[in-house]
Order: sequence, then C-alpha cells, then structure tokens
Amino acid sequence: MNSDLALGQAPKQQAGKASLSANFAKFREMGLLVFIILLCVGVQLRNPSFLTWENINDIATNTAILAILAVGMMLVIITRGIDLSIGATLALSGMTAALAVKEMPDLHPLLALLLGTAVGLVCGMVIGLLVARIGILPIIATLGMMNVFRGLTYEASGGKWVSAHQMPNSFKGIASGSLLGINNLIVIAVLIYIAAYYFVNHTRTGRRIYAVGSNPESAEISGIKSKRILWLVYSVMGGLAGLAGVLWVSKFASAQGDTASGYELNVIAACVLGGVSIAGGSGKISGIILGSVLLGILNNALPMVNVSPFWQNWIQGMIIVIAVIINALVKRGIDRNNLIRRKM
Amino acid sequence: MKKMLTLGLTAVMALSLMAGCGTKDGASSGSDNGGSAKTADAGGSGDTGGKKKFAIIFKNTGNPYGEKMMEGFKKAIEEKGDEAILKAPDQPTAEAQIQMIEELISQKIDSISVVGNDPDALQPALTKAMNAGIKVSSLDSAVNSESRLTHVNQADPERIGRTLIQGVSEMIGGEGEIAILSATSQATNQNTWIEWMKKELEDAKYANIKLVKVAYGDDLRDKSVSETEALLKSYPNLKAIIAPTTVGIAAAGKVLTDKGLKDKVKLTGLGLPSEMAEYIESGICPWMYLWNPIDVGYLAGYTAESLVKGDITGAVGEKFTAGTLGEKEIVADGDGTQIMLGDPFKFDASNIAEWKDVY
Repeated sequence: MNSDLALGQAPKQQAGKASLSANFAKFREMGLLVFIILLCVGVQLRNPSFLTWENINDIATNTAILAILAVGMMLVIITRGIDLSIGATLALSGMTAALAVKEMPDLHPLLALLLGTAVGLVCGMVIGLLVARIGILPIIATLGMMNVFRGLTYEASGGKWVSAHQMPNSFKGIASGSLLGINNLIVIAVLIYIAAYYFVNHTRTGRRIYAVGSNPESAEISGIKSKRILWLVYSVMGGLAGLAGVLWVSKFASAQGDTASGYELNVIAACVLGGVSIAGGSGKISGIILGSVLLGILNNALPMVNVSPFWQNWIQGMIIVIAVIINALVKRGIDRNNLIRRKM
Repeated sequence: MKKMLTLGLTAVMALSLMAGCGTKDGASSGSDNGGSAKTADAGGSGDTGGKKKFAIIFKNTGNPYGEKMMEGFKKAIEEKGDEAILKAPDQPTAEAQIQMIEELISQKIDSISVVGNDPDALQPALTKAMNAGIKVSSLDSAVNSESRLTHVNQADPERIGRTLIQGVSEMIGGEGEIAILSATSQATNQNTWIEWMKKELEDAKYANIKLVKVAYGDDLRDKSVSETEALLKSYPNLKAIIAPTTVGIAAAGKVLTDKGLKDKVKLTGLGLPSEMAEYIESGICPWMYLWNPIDVGYLAGYTAESLVKGDITGAVGEKFTAGTLGEKEIVADGDGTQIMLGDPFKFDASNIAEWKDVY
C-alpha cells in the first residue's frame, strides 16, 4: 500500500529532480525507439522500398486510427480498467454514419464525423455508468456491451453492407483527402495527441486520472471524485471510438456488421507495448505513440519482408510478449528504487 | 449441495454452448439415399390437368439475391410448361421453412427445391416430403445429404480457378507479373481455387505470366489493405491482382483507387457486385466474377424437372440437359451428390448497374 502511494507521487517528484527511476523509465522508451529503428533498418535491408516517402506515408495513414484509439485506451487502462467494446462501438458508429450518408448524400462530412462521434460518446457514457455507478467490473461490463453494440450494428444495417457506391465522394474524402499535403487521418491523429498531451499533463482532471489509477482509496480520501473520473475516461474512449468508426468506414469505403471485429486487442497491445501498465496508474503519451508506431510498422513490414503468414502472427505475438516482460522488469526496478529512496 | 448445483449448472451451460456451435457447418454430410426416393415414386405426381407444381423455398423475403434466384427457377419451370410456387419466410429461420414444407406436403406438389436456413434442422420435414413422393433438392445453401436427392452447387472450384486465370490473362495481354490476394491461409475454398489457378497457369499459353506471390489479407479490411500496399511496393512491375474473396477485392480496389494506379495494375477476382460497383464503374476492376443467382435458380428448376420426370434420381454419373446451361452431370459431394453450376458469371461495366442493388 505504501509503495503504491509513493508511485502516485512519482510524477511530481520527477519534475523536481531527475531521479534514477525517471531515467530508467525514460530508458525504457529509448529502448522501444532503438528497437523500432533496428527493425526499420532490418526491413530496409530486405526490401529497399520500405523507407520510401510513399511507404512511410502509408504506415502513418494506416496507423492513425489505431493511435487515436490508443489514447482513449490508455486513459481507461490507467484507471485500472479495460475496454473491450471499442471494436463494436467503432462498427456501430461507422455503420450509423454510413447509413446516414447513404440516405442523405448531401450531408456535410463534418456532420457525419460529429454524428459518429456522438454515437460513440453515448456508447462510452453507458459503459461509464455501468462501471462507475453500478460498479460492474470493466472487463465484464465492456464484454457485455461489446455484444450489445455489435448486435445493434447488425440490427441497424439489417445485416447488409454499405458499399463504396452508396457513399458520396465527400464522405470518402474524409480519409483520402489531405491538409497541406498530409493525409487527413494523420492530421486528426496529431491534433488528438496534442490535445491529449495537454489534458493528461497539464490539467487537474488529467492528473486525477493517474491518481485514481495508482491508488483509488487515497484518491478518494484526498477529495477526488473517482466515480466521475471513471465515467469520464469511458466516455472519452467511446467518443474516440466513435470518431475512429467514421474514419474507418471512410478510409475503407465500406461498412460491415463485423467491421473491426477484435480490433480492441490491437489497441490494448499498442498501449501495453507503449508501457501503459495494466495494473493502472502509469502510462505516457510518448509511450503509446511508440507502441502504435511499432504495431503499424509490424503490420506494414511483415508483408513486405515475405514472411510466411504463419510466422507473421508468431513474430507479432513474440514482440508483444517481449515488451510486456521488459515492462514487468522495469516496473520491478522502479518499485525497488522507490523503496530505496524512501529509506534514505 | 451448492457445489453440486453449480457443477450441474456449468455442465448445462457448457452443453448448450456446444449445441449452439454444432448446428452450423457440415452442410454436406450423411449418406446418399437415392433408394428411399424410388420407393416413394408413386405418390405425389400432381393431377392438376398435366401441370406439375414445383416449389422453391428461399431463406427469407425481401432479399434481392433470393428474388433473382427465384426468378431463374420460375423461368426454368415455365419453359417446361409447369407451375412454379415461389416461397420465402419472413424471417430466415429453419422453423419457418419447416412450416412451409409441411404446407407444401399437404398441397401434394411434385417437387421442393430449398435454400436451407439450417443444414440439419429441416431433415424431418424434408424426409417426410420425400416419403410423400415429393422430389427434394437443395440449392445455394445445402441441407444434409440425408434430406435431399441432390444439391445445386453454385461454386465449381475448377471453373472458378481456371476462369480467373483466363480473365486476368486477357486483361494484361497474356504477359506480366500477377499476384493473388486471398482470405486466410487456411481458407479451404480459396485454397482450392488457388490450386486450380496454379494448374491453369501450367498451360504453355501462360508462359509469360508469372505468379509472384499469394498474399493473405485474412478477410480483414486493414490487413487486406496492408497486404495490397506491400504487393504494390515489393513488385513494382505487378500487372494484376486476383482477389478471390469479397473483402480482399474491395480493399484492393480502394487501394488502387487511392493510389491512382488504374492503368497500371488491373484487379479481378470474386466480389460482391454492390461492393465492387464503384471500382468496376471507375475501371479499376475491368470485370470480376461471381455466380449468378438467376442461373443457380434456373439450374435448380431443371434439376427439379428432371427429378420429377425420372430422368435422374440424384445418383453420381447421371446426366441431364438444363435448358440454356447445357448438359450437366451429377457428381459426388462427400456422402451426397451435387450438380455444379459451371462457369462463374462475369460482372463488368455493362451489367454492374443492374446488379449492384441485388447483392
């Protein structure tokens, strides 16, 4: 319990003096970065078209949606929760937006984005209520709602797909268009990361999320309304999943009932790779960027180096396992360092 | 006591789960029972002024794919001067179909062709129909081989594989690198089709066509996109992509559209007309294939006619003429028998507008 308390205060101490643990935590991200660079060099040697402007652009575009979702998932995981419903939320909001533009081809793409985000937000708020107010375990609540949302998606679409020819070009342009030469998806992801960085590091609410995650009891005692915080993180997650749903459908120009089925696991993997601790309380924006980028590169590079499809899964799984092992080792190191510091 | 109770409950739940899983798949198993059909021959033959009655039961109403299929069925039956009864329940359930079969049995019709909502659940009703002298066959979605005389299969793996290669060869002028974007590496259908594609490629006339890679998009949008992008970058001279899977071909179509590679890389394969309409109309995919539901229904109609007439009994090796589709032969399918539709239907710019709202 005491060591938990120390962990909760760790961010404040880091600001004061660069302690050993802070260096160590930094090193972990350096490790991930070095790993990514080595991976890139390796792939480049096997396939010279890997590090081309076009391919880097493709990686960024394909990773944007994953990265957006990782922000929400990080907040949820920091509060010791998990959200398994985001794939279904994504499908539901994507399908809603697709059906809307199918019926009203003149609908402004921004309105479609807003509509999808609103659907996702409502989904997230429902889950937030279940977790925060009723106190259902996050894994159970989101597993249940995952099926509910997935069912709603099939019901809304009548089991049919919304295809490319039923969507107006303005809607497909959301994902294929660009701003100042940069694909819209990348632009949106960057904006969300800037906002999220400010939110978790420089706002009171943002810091409280960490407090609730590292020690719910003491957070409650110090006057933090942890139920409200929990409700907030699931709502944010839902909203981001809703936004991602519209982007997804626009990018692939097709909405199916089983869109992004199982995608939540990729998002969780990106977070864990980025050093977000499943035990709650820790996780950094820079970490999930690296985690998402690593997964994005893996998805792009494995097909390019001609690995057999059987090995692709194996390699991807092994990299995640190794990252989790490193995470556990580093966390043990930090805990020990904190203990040493307190004794002095 | 409590422990016993929980144990019991767990067992019940596990069993119900297993039962739920068990009903799907295994569409074509069981044994051929041409014999039982023969004995029941005397019964049903209608005496309504020489016009025989042929029923088709589709999965559910309001399904444009099913309507086309029933249209083809009706056409075949009317070509023979008989009466077609087109039926479909409101909901795609086996229960609703069983009720319809019971009604049809009491109406003493001559034949039932069914698109099964469940391979096994219809067995009691269909067996009863066969015992009443009604000739039962299935089409599109098979019922198990115990409950039918034969089945009309829309996908002939050999024809699909060979046609795809012939099509792609025509697109690229018989020369260049091609790649295949499949579903999962374990998908039985796709793997069989790919085998036939490779066999077709062995022909000397394809000497200048090189299959550089078979990529697997796992029928996931994002993975199919990544795999397509990787194909384009790893093989800059790629001339065409064959995607024998609905998600894969649409994902590849989107990538080629976004990258503006319309004139450089051709796309073909098996796809849903609604999903592919955009890319066929834009010329990204000059044409693609899938079975034509009208032909499936038409062949089922002639199969039913031949069964009632006694030209065939549903045994392997029997042959009959199916109107404009020509001569068809009954082949083995697991323990049962089936009739292959043959060449897949070609969807191109000239007919896609008509089909994109169908399925």
